[in-house]
Amino acid sequence: MAVKVSIPTILRSHTDGQKSVQADGGTVAEVINDLDSRHSGLKDRLVKDGGLHRFVNVYVNDEDVRFVGGLEATVSDGDSLTILPAVAGGMR
Amino acid sequence: MLVIRRDLVDAMVAHARRDHPDEACGVVAGPEGSDRPERMIEMINAERSPTFYRFDSTEQLQVWRAMDAADEEPVVIYHSHTATEAYPSRTDVSYASEPNAHYVLVSTRDPHEYELRSYRIVDGVVTEEPVEVVESYMFAHTGGDDIPDLG
Repeated sequence: MAVKVSIPTILRSHTDGQKSVQADGGTVAEVINDLDSRHSGLKDRLVKDGGLHRFVNVYVNDEDVRFVGGLEATVSDGDSLTILPAVAGGMR
Repeated sequence: MLVIRRDLVDAMVAHARRDHPDEACGVVAGPEGSDRPERMIEMINAERSPTFYRFDSTEQLQVWRAMDAADEEPVVIYHSHTATEAYPSRTDVSYASEPNAHYVLVSTRDPHEYELRSYRIVDGVVTEEPVEVVESYMFAHTGGDDIPDLG
């Protein structure tokens, strides 16, 4: 399953500055593994302790994957996967 | 240094006051590479909390896509602190992930006087920067001459 992956500014050092790259996989986890094999170091920025890192949002098409199975969310041929930094904070 | 129009400062402060005591948050988009904040977008604080904020992820995707389509980027990312000073907390620093953005903090702890300060946060290092409030960008030194000023 070939998908187009949008890379946020903060992670483009892993993709030679490219805004979007191709990857393969039938689930978000598989896509991330494939991404990491092509762009070393990306997985560590996206996954922590077997789940999605709290500092990032990952979307399959328009859907935040946290609401549709997390790393096990399915991905189909031609889907787009978007990675955005989570924007959050607080007074503590 | 952050150079920003007065109407945008007023709008950020008004948003922070309106949502007080919860934290308010949003972005000011500008042409990519211009370093010039032009278009303010109030974001939903998905936490609706006086001590924490988080952009609603679905709204964020829409807003980021719209910026992308318009060749814009988040020039300012702002949020309010409602009981403490306008200085980035440890949580703010750990989440900061737009190396090109000015992180603006508005404190509304004083009901009469607001405090607005701006920071660069890169690789966990916080650097405060001066804020110059201008009436218009026409005579301010922002961005390149090849990028038309909309303000």
